[in-house]
Amino acid sequence: MSSPDQAAHLKYLLRLADTSLILGHRLSEWSGRAPTLEEDIALSNIGLDLIGQARPLYAHAARLEGQGRSEDDLAFLRDPEEYLNLQIVERPNKDFAVTMARQLAYSTFAELAWSALKASRDPEIAGVAAKAEKECTYHVRHSAEWVIRLGDGTAESHARMQAGLDDVWMYTGEMFEVDDIDRAMIAAGIGFDASALKPRWTEAMREVIAEATLKMPGDGWMSTGGRRGVHTEHLGHLLAQMQVLPRAHPGAAW
Amino acid sequence: MYTQALSTERPAPASAVEDPALLARFQARIDAEERIEPMDWMPKAYRQTLIRQISQHAHSEIIGMQPEGNWLTRAPSLKRKLQLLAKIQDEGGHGLYLYSAAETLGVSREELVGQLLSGKAKYSSIFNYPTLSWADIGAIGWLVDGAAIMNQIPLCRCSYGPYARAMILICKEESFHQRQGYEIMMTLAKGTPKQKAMAQDALNRWWWPSVMMFGPSDKDSVHSDQAMRWKIKRFTNDALRQKFVDATVPQAHYLGLTIPDPDLTYDEASKHWITGPIDWDEFWRVVKGEGPCNKQRLETRRKVHDDGAWVREAAEAFAAKRRKAKRAAAA
Amino acid sequence: MTDQNNKPESLWPLYEVFLRPRNGLSHKHVGSLHAADDEMALQNARDVYTRRGEAMSIWVVPSKAIIASAPDERDSLIEPSTEERKPYRHPTFYDIPDEVGHM
Repeated sequence: MSSPDQAAHLKYLLRLADTSLILGHRLSEWSGRAPTLEEDIALSNIGLDLIGQARPLYAHAARLEGQGRSEDDLAFLRDPEEYLNLQIVERPNKDFAVTMARQLAYSTFAELAWSALKASRDPEIAGVAAKAEKECTYHVRHSAEWVIRLGDGTAESHARMQAGLDDVWMYTGEMFEVDDIDRAMIAAGIGFDASALKPRWTEAMREVIAEATLKMPGDGWMSTGGRRGVHTEHLGHLLAQMQVLPRAHPGAAW
Repeated sequence: MYTQALSTERPAPASAVEDPALLARFQARIDAEERIEPMDWMPKAYRQTLIRQISQHAHSEIIGMQPEGNWLTRAPSLKRKLQLLAKIQDEGGHGLYLYSAAETLGVSREELVGQLLSGKAKYSSIFNYPTLSWADIGAIGWLVDGAAIMNQIPLCRCSYGPYARAMILICKEESFHQRQGYEIMMTLAKGTPKQKAMAQDALNRWWWPSVMMFGPSDKDSVHSDQAMRWKIKRFTNDALRQKFVDATVPQAHYLGLTIPDPDLTYDEASKHWITGPIDWDEFWRVVKGEGPCNKQRLETRRKVHDDGAWVREAAEAFAAKRRKAKRAAAA
Repeated sequence: MTDQNNKPESLWPLYEVFLRPRNGLSHKHVGSLHAADDEMALQNARDVYTRRGEAMSIWVVPSKAIIASAPDERDSLIEPSTEERKPYRHPTFYDIPDEVGHM
């Protein structure tokens, strides 16, 4: 790990991997707690997809770093400020509407992002992207159906669904940011231009939200910083729980 | 997972309430190894026994998601995280297959879930024990799933078609569950002294409850004879328990762990491992509600049910709106 | 069930699930599930019954749309077509000399 490009590449991989892992972890918190048994199984499937996306990216990052760290070291032994996921995915599940709003907003973005990353010059990223794009297509379909059902369901579900969208909206801006790391990766043919995805994302969201008889939240102030290691209060708690065993037993194998 | 009917009420003998000719024909079909399908005639007691057993089995799968779920967010590697999430998800799926099988007997899932939530229905008492360390996840996979498999394989040949078919699906899917548990135990047993102590402690706490999972001893089991005659059950509780002990003791030795039973001996003549006396008082205490986690498990399930009510209502309201719109468009 | 205002799980209609394991085979019944609408039924079938990639194609059918024969109708519906009743529909009914070869 010496050239600046390699440092950017490593961070880029961690941004992708951390985002998938943290959202997968959040969805695993629904296991045994969903509104129906069928939905319990569906949420676990999405969680499995996401954690499955993260693994090869961590393994790739560990090899690229070349410091003898493993995929698990990267996942379980980094502090919150070293985590580079989007803030939107670390937000707590709250109720089912908030979870579905988060899922729709992220998955709609991720489907576009992975689609662009299929052309990455990093073959590992391209490989994950091909698989992940298909998974996200299903995640979008699943969450869109729920947003529509809840939006156009009862008065209570309508109010909750609107609150869910309003809750998540200020974390959607970060998805479309492009910083120096992104620019370096775009120039190297490894990364994608997230800012270019915004119009298609907005259109897709608008369509679902309209069918759900809900109001599109306005793009007001947007929270940001996750991809630089600046997080909401929630990530620290999530990691404290997730990392407890590897941290309590240094060097142990599991 | 747990498949022994646990009611202590003795059912009325089938012959007292049924047409003897129909009953004889039914028994002849069973004796000829024919499968009974949902629309076939069956004695009321056969139907009741199946509803009770299948729904207890389904409830056990659903409640069984909780003790393992307790460690899901703390699984210590990415691989273990994926395995555990997939395993708990399978258990939800198995609960669902079983509720489906029970529904073919003319009872609705809402009714069965209602019985669980009201505390009327039983489920395997093994899930009323807490998971206190990561090693418990290994012990559950190895011992609890191991015991479950012993129970479930003969059920693939159960006389009731939908139950047998659900069990075939379940057994196929569960083949990885016990192996992942044993692999966790192996890793811990070969690990640091602390990890090894963790593994031994888990074995100490899960051994006896697992042995008891096969249900009361044959001499105290009220349902055994009839269930055997109807081929709902193919082996007695004690026979399955012996099979489990014989298979498991050498596995513990391989791990270098000690079975917490000072009286455990190998009987050369019968080639069986003979356990010391089983504490049936504890078994019945836990079955009847005085286990460490009975209250907690049901409270959690009730809360999940209540929290999800508005979502289920909304989906129903939405479906009704769409049906209405479709009819209006067609008119 | 825990209280009056609380909708119980699965008042939703029952659907039967059929999977085609791979092209060239028929769809086969695998089980059932509950869903509020058809789209949910299809997604649930995918999530519940194909967790190991078991299907090339999924059918879901509302259980109440299935028209089934009753077991006691076997005598009139099926029995008249069995081999004992119409043996001439089965190849072993006909004697062809060995010299003619396989037919």
